[in-house]
Order: sequence, then structure tokens, then C-alpha cells
Amino acid sequence: MRARAMAVVVLLLLAGCSGGGGGDEGPVTLRFQSLAWQEESVRANKELVREWNATHEHVKVEYVQGSWSAVHDQLLTSFEGGEAPDIIHDASDDLADFAHGGYLADLTGLLPARLEEDIPRRSWETTTFGDGVYGVPFLQEPRVLVANATWLRRSGVRIPTPGHPWSWTEFRRITERLSGGGRYGVAWPLKEPVSATLNLSLSAGGRMFHRGADGKVTVRFEAGDEVVPRTIHDQAGIDRSASPTTLGSGGSDTLPGFFGGRYAMVPLGFSYRQQIVQQAPEGFDWQVLPAPAGADGLAQGVSPQTLSVAEDSPHKKEAVAFVDFLLRPKNMVRLALGDWMLPTGTRALADPALHTAKDDWATGTALAAHLRPAPAQSVRGYAEWKDKVATPAFQEYYSGAIGLGELRERLEKDGNLVLARYQR
Amino acid sequence: MRTRPAARAGQYAALLAYLSFLAFPFLWLVSVAFKPARELGSLHPTWIPEHPTLANFRQAFDEQPLLHAAVNSLLAAVGAAVVAVVVATPTAYVMARRRTRLTRAVSGWVVVSQAFPFVLVIIPLFLVLKNLRLIDSLPGLVLVYVVWALPFALWMLVGHVRAVPVELEEAAAIDGAGRLRTLVSVTAPLLAPGIAVTGLFAFVTAWNEFFFALVLLKSARQQTLPVVLTHFIGAEGVADLGPLAAAASLATLPSLVVFAIVQRRITGGVLAGAVKS
Repeated sequence: MRARAMAVVVLLLLAGCSGGGGGDEGPVTLRFQSLAWQEESVRANKELVREWNATHEHVKVEYVQGSWSAVHDQLLTSFEGGEAPDIIHDASDDLADFAHGGYLADLTGLLPARLEEDIPRRSWETTTFGDGVYGVPFLQEPRVLVANATWLRRSGVRIPTPGHPWSWTEFRRITERLSGGGRYGVAWPLKEPVSATLNLSLSAGGRMFHRGADGKVTVRFEAGDEVVPRTIHDQAGIDRSASPTTLGSGGSDTLPGFFGGRYAMVPLGFSYRQQIVQQAPEGFDWQVLPAPAGADGLAQGVSPQTLSVAEDSPHKKEAVAFVDFLLRPKNMVRLALGDWMLPTGTRALADPALHTAKDDWATGTALAAHLRPAPAQSVRGYAEWKDKVATPAFQEYYSGAIGLGELRERLEKDGNLVLARYQR
Repeated sequence: MRTRPAARAGQYAALLAYLSFLAFPFLWLVSVAFKPARELGSLHPTWIPEHPTLANFRQAFDEQPLLHAAVNSLLAAVGAAVVAVVVATPTAYVMARRRTRLTRAVSGWVVVSQAFPFVLVIIPLFLVLKNLRLIDSLPGLVLVYVVWALPFALWMLVGHVRAVPVELEEAAAIDGAGRLRTLVSVTAPLLAPGIAVTGLFAFVTAWNEFFFALVLLKSARQQTLPVVLTHFIGAEGVADLGPLAAAASLATLPSLVVFAIVQRRITGGVLAGAVKS
């Protein structure tokens, strides 16, 4: 009888130990929502998660595949419902609203010094809102000119390098020289004209958004802002050196014409090289050239890919530890190679694998030091300004429907009315 | 009345043009699915791939859990179709046969509910399902699909019930058939085409649905096919076109198969109904 009573007590104690939540005893499981989509990139991410899980008994990571096309809506709903993934992959220009909404954890004080020091200040600026840091920028890509190498060589034009790029004036002259007979020197894919124009305008000293002493932002379309749009407009409308049909196309849409010898150059993101390697006809010789430079050299704006931690995550420390693991220099190189992009980390960027002549990696890495936060990165109301004012205005300007004066008036007058509503 | 040969030729031409218009996207999708990457970048694309390959299908299956996602989609779509039909059929019968203020109010609500945009309902819906512990579960998704499909299903079925002459039910009653017997032996066979169409509608809408599945399913193992298809699309709309086309063309097959099966039933039912009336 006594033995039975003892057995009951032991069983109750055991039950007490194993039940009642037991959150401290079992392994922590973190959900990592990745937006990797290219074959090599998905593989690299999954491998890294596997490696983490194999070496971390108490913190397991579940890989969840997300998609770029719907990430904002999906995250917003998840945040509102308290069901967001612990670790969130996104782009820096998508973070401002989430950070202001209190959905993302401020990583200040959580990040290891190694990571903080490894990533340049200018990259951290893309994820810093107010006093907080709401994501780790880890991959970025410059916009480059992908050129038909054979065509350029035969034409005898000077081939630009990151050390000696074309100026915008020279670029216009060269595209005019390459054009004729139904062929064009350049095909601008400007389905999304605003970010392309604004980001490239940094090279000519364009800023567009000006923050006053009161902290309020206004739009001013000044001399530096005019250079890039005027070049594109004149190439398409005056010189006939830019294909007018591609102005409304996406980057991928221009590739058949590029491979078919219709355009000598296409300005594209650096990661488009993957598509070009896959789709270019046998023997097609292509090369990457730096985008033209202006008064501010090769500077251009970027919105890096980021890793953030959800404010609701009960395991922020563990989540940051995983981010730190994922972004160790060697791992950052694997992610960069998988996505055909550049790492933000200086040690990863120095890796020989990213300095090869193959697929012109070296040209891209030489541009990394010139990349700056996209001008509109932290401007509240930018999304509405872009959709309602800037996109139609630039589209009409590039198509020749309106002139530079009308473009300026709409960007400034209509644009400032939009921004003012967000800054009352 | 005889149709003139020229008019008939015109009719056939119009029909052919319409069929081509409908078939073009699907045939192009299938064509792209079998093309190697280099043909996708061609300035002069061909209908028939010059070097057909299964590499896109292999890559699609290697990269994403398509089979698992297809099973999830099938479970959600069949579940939604069955539950929608089971709930809508008796409700529609009552709404069609008993015209009271209540049924008129319900009809009005059905029409109004179709005007709600998704974004308006998604967050409250998310919270409700979370409290029911139905987030990230197929039963939760089925519940949403049923609620979503129900108004239109009711609308369709009410019309079908009204098309069944009430005199037939009265005749059966005079012949001594009970209420249940009349419903099962007289009304149900005449309603079969309507039920089939309603089930098909619920199946196809659930099979194709993307937004609710994207938001309500959290883990990789629960994701449905439309959600997985977006994983072939990158930032700024860049797409891995070959594998995407391969996966998308496979994703259209179940809808086509279900439609082919149910379509015969619809036609048969319509003809049977025509003879009886």
C-alpha cells in the first residue's frame, strides 16, 4: 500500500515536471520566412538552416518559403494577428511602415559587434528609423549596363570601367552612335520608372527629397535631378537611340530583343545576370558595364535585402543568433552567390569568389562602395507619392506627352501636397 | 429554319476565334513549359518547342513541394465543394419554395455580401480563426472557402430550384409520396445539374484561391498550389519562367479534369429536365 502511494507521488512529480507548459525545457523553434526564389538561393538558404539545426540542439529553425509578390500584405496580416514569423526576410524599402507600426524588434543592443562592424554605416542607414535598427541589410545590387560585347567591340567605342566610367553625356553620344536601321543603343525597361530614375540620379547629385530643419521632407526637382530623366527622354524622343517600346516593359521583357541584336545595352539589376546566363543563345557575348557617372561619380541608390526579427517573437535573442550565423562572412558569400547579388558585409565582399571575371562579378563588386540608401528610403508618404504622382508623371515625360517643366511642377506641387498629409 | 452556308461559315469562324481566344493562354503556357531556357529568350518564339525538354518540370518539382501542395489544394477544394453543396442545397430549397420576409432578407444579404473586398475581411477573419485555433490548418481554410462560396452557391441553386416545377412535387404528393420521398425521387434528380455546377464552382474557386491561403497558412507543409507557384517569382516581378510555366500548367489540370467529368453530368441533367418538363 505504501509502495503504491510512493509510486503515485513519483508519477505525479514526473507529470508535474513534464507538463505545465515546459517552455524552458524543450527546444525553441523559430520560423524563418525566406524570400529566396532562385534555385541556387533556395538551396543555399535551406542548407544553412540544416547546418544550424545540426549544430544547435536547443534552438531549431523552421524554413518557411515566402514570396516577393505578396510579402507586404502577408506580413501585415500576420503582424496584426500576432502570428508573424520570428525571422523575416524583406527589402529595406518595405520596412519603414512596419518599423513605425511597432511590428519589428529594435535590434539595437542585440546585434553582435562583429556584424555591426562588418556592415558599412551607409547600409545600416537603410534599416535605421528614428533611433532604432529594424533589420540587418545583407544583400544588395547596383543597376548596371548589360551590353552586347561583340557589338560594342566592333563599334570601336570606349569600353567604360568602374575606374573610368562613361559620363551621362558620353553615354548619350555613344547610344546615338550605336543606333540606326531599326536597332537601338539602349533599351530602358522602365515599367517602374521612379525607383530606377531616383536611384540613378544620385550619380548626378540628384536628391529630390529635402529634409528641413523641422524634420519635414519636401520634394524639389533641381538641376541634379534633371540629368538622368532628361538623358532618357532625349534618347527616346530626340536621338531615337532608346527603344520607345521598352519604356513600359519590365527587365525580363527586354532580354529577347537584347539577345536578338535589337539593343546594344540594357540597364538592369546586377542579379539579372543569372537570367542572361540561362537564356542567352550559344556564343552570345555579353558583359557588365558600370552605369554612367555624373557629378557625384558612380553613386546610386539601393534598397538592400534585410533580415528582421518580429517584435512579438518571444525568442529575440535566439533569432538574432540565427541571423548572426546566417550572415557570417562565408555564409553571406553563399547567399550572395545564390542570389547573384552583392553582400553588404565587407569581409564577404572581399571573398575571391566575388571578384572573378566570370559573369563579371568583379565589375559589380567594384561598384559596391558607391551604393547609397535609396533617396526615398525613409520618406513617409513615398509610396503614395510614387504611385499617384511620380509614376504617371515620369511615364508621360518619357513618352514625350509632357515636357520637363510640367514634370517638375507635378513632382513638386502635387507631390508636396501628398507628402504634407503624412507630416502634419 | 435553314441557315445559309455563308452564315454558318461565319458562325464557325466566330466560334473558332472565340475558342482560340480562350485556349491561347493555356496552349502558350504548355508550350513555354516544354521550352529550354535559351528558347524562352528568343526574339522569335515558336508555338512548338524546337528542343522540347522536361527540365522545367524536373526543376519545378526539385525546387518546390508541388505534389504536397497539390494534395493540400485538392483537400481544400474538395472539402469546400462538398460542404458548400451540403449546406447550400437545403437552404436554397427553402429560400426558393418559401418566400417570406426572412428569405427575402437572406437573399438581399447574399447579394450585399458579394460586395465586401477581401482586404476588409481578412484581418477580422484572421483573428476569428486564430481564436478558433484554425490558423495554419486546412479545415480553417475550408471553412473560409465555404463561407466565401456560399452566397454565390445559394444564388445559383435558388435559381435551379425555382426551375423545377412545383407541380411535379404536388403530383408526387397526390400519388402518395411523402415529403422526403418527393425530395429524393423527384426534386433531387432534376436539381442534379445545378448541384453539379455549384460544386464545380466551389471547387474551382477554392482550387484557384490565393490570398486567403497566403495569409492563413503559415507553415510550409500546409501551403497550397497557388501560394507555392508564387515562389518562382522574384523581386520586381522577375520570374523563373520555365519552371513556373511547368508548375502552372500542371496546376490547371485538376480543374480541367473535374470540369470534364461534371460537364457530362450537367449536359445529361439539362436534357433530362427538358424532357420531363
